[in-house]
Amino acid sequence: MSAPRVAVIGFAQAPCLPSAGTTSGVETLVPVFREALADAGLDRRQVDFWCSGSSDYLAGRAFSFVNAVDAIGAYPPIAESHVEMDAAWAFYEAYVKILAGEAETALVYGFGKSSAGRLRRVLALQLDPYVVAPLWPDSVSVAALQARAALDAGIVTERAMAEVAARSRADAGVSEPVDLAAPYIADPLRRHDCAPVCDGAAALVIASGERALAGPRRAWITGVAHRIDVQGLGERDLTTVPSATAAASAAGLPDDLDVAELHAPFTHQELLLRAALGLGDRVRINPSGGALCGNPMFSAGLARIGLAAEQVRSGRARRALGHATSGPALQQNLICVLEADVREAES
Amino acid sequence: MAAPPLSAPLDIAFDYTRSLGPVLGRFMTGLRDGRVLGSRTADGRVHVPPLEYDPVTHAPVTELVDVRPTGTVTSWTWTDRPLAGQPLDRPFGFALIRLDGADTALLHAVDAGARERMHTGMRVRIRWAAERVGHIRDIECFEPSAEPAGPPGTGKSDPVMMITTPIRLSYTHTTSADESRYLRALAEGRLLGQRCPVCRKVYVPPRVCPADGVPTEEEVPIRDHGTVTTFCVVNVPFAGQRLDPPYVVAQILLDGADIPIPHFVVGDAGDVRMGMRVAAVWREPESWTTTPENIAHFRPTGEPDAPYESFEEHL
Repeated sequence: MSAPRVAVIGFAQAPCLPSAGTTSGVETLVPVFREALADAGLDRRQVDFWCSGSSDYLAGRAFSFVNAVDAIGAYPPIAESHVEMDAAWAFYEAYVKILAGEAETALVYGFGKSSAGRLRRVLALQLDPYVVAPLWPDSVSVAALQARAALDAGIVTERAMAEVAARSRADAGVSEPVDLAAPYIADPLRRHDCAPVCDGAAALVIASGERALAGPRRAWITGVAHRIDVQGLGERDLTTVPSATAAASAAGLPDDLDVAELHAPFTHQELLLRAALGLGDRVRINPSGGALCGNPMFSAGLARIGLAAEQVRSGRARRALGHATSGPALQQNLICVLEADVREAES
Repeated sequence: MAAPPLSAPLDIAFDYTRSLGPVLGRFMTGLRDGRVLGSRTADGRVHVPPLEYDPVTHAPVTELVDVRPTGTVTSWTWTDRPLAGQPLDRPFGFALIRLDGADTALLHAVDAGARERMHTGMRVRIRWAAERVGHIRDIECFEPSAEPAGPPGTGKSDPVMMITTPIRLSYTHTTSADESRYLRALAEGRLLGQRCPVCRKVYVPPRVCPADGVPTEEEVPIRDHGTVTTFCVVNVPFAGQRLDPPYVVAQILLDGADIPIPHFVVGDAGDVRMGMRVAAVWREPESWTTTPENIAHFRPTGEPDAPYESFEEHL
C-alpha cells in the first residue's frame, strides 16, 4: 500500500501583538481555530487528530498546553498530542500520523505569550543545563555570536543584513526604516536585525484522501524532513547550517522553487539559510515579511509552512518551501516542500 | 469601556540539582581544583566542554586531558545591560573561547571593561571564582591576558557528583477578560458564572466551554451555597500550608453552577461527606480583593444532604 498524499487545506494565524492579553492562549486560539477550519471547509468534529507546539517556560504556567485544549472543545473525547517545540514539529507528527493511516485530517496549532516574561532570558534555559544555561546567555547574545562568526568569515556583511531587514519590512508593510547607524543591541546585532518579541498563534489543517480533495484550495506536501546539529555552540561551525542542508536533501527540495518562507528570527540567519539551502536570486524569499516582522514563539515556524502553502493555494506559486527552525543559532531545521501538483504520486 | 484584564507578577524559582556522571563529574571536579579538562575523541580532537560520547563513533568518551587556562576568543558579542543571573553585573562580552590545547570553544563571559577591547583572536585567561564548588561558575569569567593566573587551592579532594543551579524567572500573569470579571465580582463579595451558548452549562470561574470550544458570554450570578461532590482529608503537613492538618479540601458544586470549585470545608473532618450542604464563610469585607481567598472556607449548613443523583454528573 502506498502512503497517502497529504495536502495543506487550511491555515490561519492570530495577529502578532506586543501583548495579547491572557496568558493562557485559549482566547487567542478560539478564533484562529474557527478561521482555519472555515478555510479548510471542515467542522471541528471532522478533525481526527490535534497536535500542538508550545512551552510552559514561556508564560511560567504548568500544563499550559492542557489548558489550551479548552479552545478545541474536547467533547466527545479527541485524539491529541503536543510537542515542546515550534508547532512545525507538531505538524511533522501529524503528517506522519496521516501517512501511517491513523488519521485522515489533522489540525496543528502553536501558541505562546512571549511577552509574559523576559523572552531572551527565558530562552537561555533551552541550552545545555550543565555548562551553558547556568551562565544565562540570552537568545540575542547567542545569535550575535553566530552573526559575528559569519561577519568574521566574510559570509555576511552588516549592510547585507540590513538589506534583509529592509526587504522584510517592506513586504510586511512596516514603515520603520532600517538604520545602520543605530546602536547595537548585542554587537553586531541592531534592532532591525532581531525579530520583535510578540504574542501569537497559528493553526494549520492538513488532510489526505477525499478530505484533501473536498476543499476549494490545497497545497500538496511533497517532501518533509527535519535534522538537528550538535548541541554545543562551540562544537559546530556557526557559519554553516548542515542540518538545514541535510533536511533539504532528505525532503527532496526541488531546484525550481518559486518562493520560500524561511524562519529566520535574525537577519544573518536568513543569509546563512539561503546559502545552506542553495536558494538563488530567482526564489522569492519571505513575501510575508518573515519572522523579522513577527516571530510569535512556537507558531512562527508553523506559520512559515502555512504561508508557503498559501502561495501555492492562491496560485501565486507552483512550488514553495516552508522552513522552520528551533533551538539556538539555527540548531534544528525542518523543510516542507509544497506543490500545486503531485507529479509522480498521481494515481 | 471594560476595565483592562487583571494581571499580577508571578515569580517562580527552583534550585535544580543534577547528577553529573563520569565525564562531567571529572570536569566539574577539575574546575573546583582549578584545572580544566577536555575530552579526547577517537579522531584525536580535544573538546572543552567535554563530550560524553564521541559524535562520530558514538562510543563513550573516557580519556580526559588537561588544557590550559588561557585561550583565544573565536567569536564574541557585547552586553551593555547584563540580565539577572549572568556572570557579571557590569557590561561584559559573551564569547566563544578556545582554550589552549582544545579544539572546540567554550561559551563564557569576558570582563573586558569596554566593547572596544573585545576582538576575535584576543587572548584571555580564566579568572577563577574565590570559592569553588565544582560548577561552571567556578570560572568567574575570563579576562584579557595571555598569562595564566593560578587559582587558590580549595583543600578538597572528594569527587564532585552533583551540581545545583538556581533558576529564577519573573513573569506577568494576565487573566482573560472573563476571569477578570469573575475576580472583580469576588472583590465585591459576589460569585459570577458564565453560561455556554451551546450546551447551556454554567462555568465558575468563567472559561471557554471545554466541551464546545466556544466563549461563554451570558453572566449568571451564583449563590454562595453548594454541595460537596467529593473531598479529601489532608493529614500531611507541607511547606506553604494555610491550615493545620487535618483539614478537608472539597470540590463544591455551587448552586446554579455546572462545575465544582475547590475550597476548604471547616468543621469535623470526619463528618464531611459527599452530598453535604455547605455555605461560604466570607472574610471581613474590608479585606476583600480580587481573589477567591475572600472566602475563608465553607461551613456545613445543617440542611439535609443533597441526593447523589443531583451531583453525580459533576464528579
